[in-house]
Amino acid sequence: MSSITTEVAPTPSLKSAAGDYWARVKSGDIGSLPAILGLVVLCVVFTIMAPDFLTPINFANLLTQAAAVIVIAMGLIFVLLLGDIDLSAGYAAGVCGAVMVIMVTNHHVAWYLAFGVSVLVGLALGGSIGWLVSYLGIPSFVVTLAAFLGFQGLLLLIAGEGGTIPITQPTVLKIENSNISVTNSWIFFVAAAALYVLSGLRKIQLRRKQGLKSELLQLWVLKTVGLLAICAYAVYALNLERSNNPKLISLKGTPYIVPVILGLLVVGTFVLQRTAFGRHLYAVGGNAEAARRAGINVKRVRTLAFVICSGMAAVAGLIFASRQNSISPTTGGSSTLLYAVGAAVIGGTSLFGGKGKLRDAILGGLVVSVIDNGMGLLGYAAGIKYIVTGAVLLISAGVDAISRKGTV
Amino acid sequence: MTEPILSLRGINKSFGAVHVLRGVDFDAYPGQVTALVGDNGAGKSTLIKCIAGIYEIDNGDYLFEGNKVSVSGPRDATALGIEIVYQDLALCDNLDIVHNMYLGREVKKGVTLNEAEMEISARKTLDSLSVRTVKSIRQTVASLSGGQRQTVAIARAVLWNNKVVVLDEPTAALGVSQTEQVLHLVRRLADNGIAVVLISHNLSDVFEVADNISAMYLGQMAAQVKKKDVTTNQVIELITTGKSAGVSPVGAR
Repeated sequence: MSSITTEVAPTPSLKSAAGDYWARVKSGDIGSLPAILGLVVLCVVFTIMAPDFLTPINFANLLTQAAAVIVIAMGLIFVLLLGDIDLSAGYAAGVCGAVMVIMVTNHHVAWYLAFGVSVLVGLALGGSIGWLVSYLGIPSFVVTLAAFLGFQGLLLLIAGEGGTIPITQPTVLKIENSNISVTNSWIFFVAAAALYVLSGLRKIQLRRKQGLKSELLQLWVLKTVGLLAICAYAVYALNLERSNNPKLISLKGTPYIVPVILGLLVVGTFVLQRTAFGRHLYAVGGNAEAARRAGINVKRVRTLAFVICSGMAAVAGLIFASRQNSISPTTGGSSTLLYAVGAAVIGGTSLFGGKGKLRDAILGGLVVSVIDNGMGLLGYAAGIKYIVTGAVLLISAGVDAISRKGTV
Repeated sequence: MTEPILSLRGINKSFGAVHVLRGVDFDAYPGQVTALVGDNGAGKSTLIKCIAGIYEIDNGDYLFEGNKVSVSGPRDATALGIEIVYQDLALCDNLDIVHNMYLGREVKKGVTLNEAEMEISARKTLDSLSVRTVKSIRQTVASLSGGQRQTVAIARAVLWNNKVVVLDEPTAALGVSQTEQVLHLVRRLADNGIAVVLISHNLSDVFEVADNISAMYLGQMAAQVKKKDVTTNQVIELITTGKSAGVSPVGAR
């Protein structure tokens, strides 16, 4: 040990912080960098090629389009962190949505009760998948592939062959179709920003008080100001009039879905980063054997991850119902699941487990949605859209695999 | 003579028809390093897995601090204060040093993790072992060298005030200077009053740090001797033939 010098704390500066970050990127810990760069590049390209892309109405559209995929991806991240996968999450959303819509439309149950029941159904579906994977030891790929078919069949049975169940409940429809007023949008932004800044400052101050190294203040300020500026601009853009005929119907303000997703992000991030359960998820994903030896109940953690994933899918079911004004036998089908997996992976969550953050779902979800939306505006056929999205997913998984080689 | 903190008497363990441990006696003393040596298949790994509670012993006595105890699972051994540091380390590469040291035993404040307290005591533990090789205890284990990982794994065992720490081939994959670091650390553990059990194939390591040497041969304890009473050649004889001129069979004391 004598050969190694005592810890010398380098004088912290923005330059050294940037150097550290670059070293991390080079060693393969790229995080969300590709998603952010991709988002910027895609937005620039589409803005140049499609004049309709960068309009307030399309921006709002993008968010509501991406919402369901983002929420499914958020749930999927819990499973992906373990190195597992849930291929059934899309149809789980369909089944849960159908349960809710049938209760509301056919049986006139209050929407929140119906939603509560649909979430319970989601948790139960996830519980059975999780049990099969962790206690019976069937690979998650196989279990959820079977569940993918099974849930599709279940949805067909619930909805009836070719049947579409409409929903007219105003609160449910509001989620994807209405906006918070302009004033309230700003109030919401200011409140959220204030909370964000205060909690950030408190964290730094607490660590300093206890004599621990904390994040460099200038860097934190830089990051926070940047993030808040982007968010403020987004709120401003959403508050612009986006109706073609404002006298007839005015369309402005932040869609209700935005605070819903932010709420899920905050709660989910708290669970992942600040609780023992979240830590155990990362540990099991990083080295399941080490986690087991450390006394972590690996089977329980794994089961819970699937429960959370399907529970989030139930929330996505609500969003689908709101967006489509109905649930049909194809809700949550076709490209939904692959878009959600793509969103998580593009955002920076590793398919090998142990690496990823909940915000990856939002970044990746926006990338997927921008591709879908932008190519639609350019008039490309659905076939081309699928091929491009597939290619992007493949590239992100490739980046993930290569960066993994870099670290190990 | 200090009393052994961990004492096994007449341990038998079979897997089906294979009788792996036959009446094994084993002692570990506080403040001393006891090396467990033996050829491949001699039963070292089975013995420590019995100590760790991963395997339940068929019969024989498991004495801890002089009392007979029953260890039927890893949790029982952990509760007694026995920690095993396995060869393949059992660290999570994607977590940082603090997280790894507290894995499965996180300090909480309400429902949230108390990161500050964990970081402070992890730092303290590393300092108490004079570990100065890690730059930041918030770096991920993936970025550490083999010796540093071994250090973290050992420090984790110390953090919990364990009384017995079993190290399974801690230097097997290390280079010369890193081996030296880890052996220093092993010595310091014992100096802190912990009973250290060191499994090793490397006799020069054994002779460098051990106080006692227990040699296993074909599922039996060939001899438990003090290091100063034996030579390297005698130990090699014990490992390869199970006996050596001038060394009494089981229990030199």
